Amino acid sequence: MTAVPAPAGGLTTSPAREPGRTRRRRSSGQNGAGWAFSAPQVVLVGLFVLIPILMAFWVSLTDWRGRGSPFSTGVGFVGFDNYATILTEPGLPRQDFMTSLRNNAWYVVFVVPLQTGIALTLALVLTSKIRAKSFFRTAFYFPTVTSSVAISLVFIFLFTGAGAVNGLLGLVGIDGPNWFSDSRGLLHLAGEGLGLWDASSPPAALTGSGPLGLSWWDWLSGPSIALAALILLVVWTSAGGYMLMFLAALQDVPADVQEAARMDGANAWQRFRNVTLPALRPTLFLVTTLGLIGTWQVFDQVYLISQGNPAKTTLTPAYLSYTSAFETGQWGRAAAMSFVLFAIIVVLTTVQRYVMRDKDAIAEKRAAKAAQRRRSSSSRTTFFHAGR
Amino acid sequence: MTTTIPTTPGNAAGLPTSADGTSPPARPGTGRRPGRQVGRFLAYVVLVFFSIVYLYPFLIQIVTSFKTDTDATNAPLTLLPDPITTAAFSRLFDTQFPLWAFNSVWVAVLVTAGRVFLCSLAGYALARLRFRGRSALFTAVLAVMAVPSVVLLIPKFLVLNQLGIYDTPVALFLPLVADAAGVFIMKQFFESVPASIEEAARIDGAGTFRVFWSVVLPMARPALITLTILSFQASWNELPHFIVASQDRDLYTLTKGVATLTTGQLGSGNQFPLTLGAALLMTIPVAIVFFVFQRYFVAGANEGGVKG
Repeated sequence: MTAVPAPAGGLTTSPAREPGRTRRRRSSGQNGAGWAFSAPQVVLVGLFVLIPILMAFWVSLTDWRGRGSPFSTGVGFVGFDNYATILTEPGLPRQDFMTSLRNNAWYVVFVVPLQTGIALTLALVLTSKIRAKSFFRTAFYFPTVTSSVAISLVFIFLFTGAGAVNGLLGLVGIDGPNWFSDSRGLLHLAGEGLGLWDASSPPAALTGSGPLGLSWWDWLSGPSIALAALILLVVWTSAGGYMLMFLAALQDVPADVQEAARMDGANAWQRFRNVTLPALRPTLFLVTTLGLIGTWQVFDQVYLISQGNPAKTTLTPAYLSYTSAFETGQWGRAAAMSFVLFAIIVVLTTVQRYVMRDKDAIAEKRAAKAAQRRRSSSSRTTFFHAGR
Repeated sequence: MTTTIPTTPGNAAGLPTSADGTSPPARPGTGRRPGRQVGRFLAYVVLVFFSIVYLYPFLIQIVTSFKTDTDATNAPLTLLPDPITTAAFSRLFDTQFPLWAFNSVWVAVLVTAGRVFLCSLAGYALARLRFRGRSALFTAVLAVMAVPSVVLLIPKFLVLNQLGIYDTPVALFLPLVADAAGVFIMKQFFESVPASIEEAARIDGAGTFRVFWSVVLPMARPALITLTILSFQASWNELPHFIVASQDRDLYTLTKGVATLTTGQLGSGNQFPLTLGAALLMTIPVAIVFFVFQRYFVAGANEGGVKG
């Protein structure tokens, strides 16, 4: 350790001197050390991640009600009945589960684009030449590191009926809703606003039927106003973290390509569309993937703020699974919900990877074509200028 | 692309100077400098708007915790408490708030120490030691990282219950020490450091653990600090795990305890100064860590280690 200059000599000479023997002895010694070093985390992860998943899968195939051990003889094996109850059999359990999926789907549809768009916008603005960059960056990022509990408490206060948000809306003459107790769907309201229907007596064509135990009218409600408040909360909290990822990626956008594009007469939008955006594609993929995974798991805010209310419009699969197990004792059904949620996340991220990878290739082709077009058109303008 | 430019005299003069933004507009009608100024003005408008959106809630939180209940309810927008009172805080200390804070502290300390030590051990093994099954182990790390944490809520309860440690102090911290993402971060770091110095130490006859402890770890300070603050922040802010790991009121942490201020029996009425004061106090430790170690947070976020 003390002989710092030694390594160069030692490194080059020792394998050369007796290569076979040294390597064999070292690798067999490292076999033990390698496993000894990894063992504590391997045991912990096995104990608290892998074994629990297997246990939960077993429970999802049983009628265990939470008393005693799920492996005791009194527990009945029911096969995939629990999955059938929430997916195929008509009834309240399926209706609740489908409602929770509907809510979460609308939540994802609003949160992911909003947080990605805001994060990208803020990152782009922060890479331009402006003062006090680090102040702004800190302000936007800080909510990401604070606890969901603290932020939820603040938002409960801000969004009460006579709270700050409605106070601000009142200043511009808008009569704000009673956010967390308003179950009216945004699309229902929008349709009414456009004169398409009357939300209190919806068209029979939509209420009469629909897939998976919910009517079309219910599926297409959009997020309720209460869920919209949760959406605002989560977008506000998480955009800053994704902004940092975009900021890091933007530093790697080659400046000379930007400059070349500028010289070619590309305007700001064209430079963004054809230079910056393609360079950001991997980050865009990462941000939307993490967003998708995170938003399908929303639990904390529902537990803290709305508990699924009003009218089950903020019920999410994660929260429904929790209450089914810990409050109503339907452990098998609750575990089945966890696995369905897991499957949804896996399928959606796989689909997303496929879609975005495909787009990548298409976009590259398109960009190449556009560049070609631009090249020919720019030489045409040059002629034009020269002619004048 | 640029090859056509020098041949045309009209542009040859204009283009090189336009790069530094001082030339007259290249084309008539499209003023470049005013355009850029408008752009910068818009940038500031966006930034100021979002700063207000981001800072105002925190301001309201601080101010409201010094208000009386009626003042908070009647004047939610004003930034001056009338009268200024610390009544909410003294009421807060009559609840079990100090106990919750104590529990949060020891849980965070144990989780952080455990994660940092065990993740660096495993990360070092995966980065440097040659052993059978290493690549399979690394694949397993990546697979575990991909498991959505909320899906684990019920499974975690099942295993704690089966082991007979549900509702014990061990259940609060031990499952949180299991962390594949930390292993990944440390492995990436160790792979970025040259191996020559530890090779030298090893040739001098030091054992693997000795090399790790007295040569490798001191060099890994930046990564250790990153992992320390990420682990501290994660366990301090953790909520779902504490919900499923215990129900004993003596084992409440800050997140779970403060949550009962709004969801439990105490959550009735308009005690906003109390709840916002609690939210304020529980944010302070993380805020201090954040402002002191900000650049490490940035490094951590770019490793992809964001909260779900």
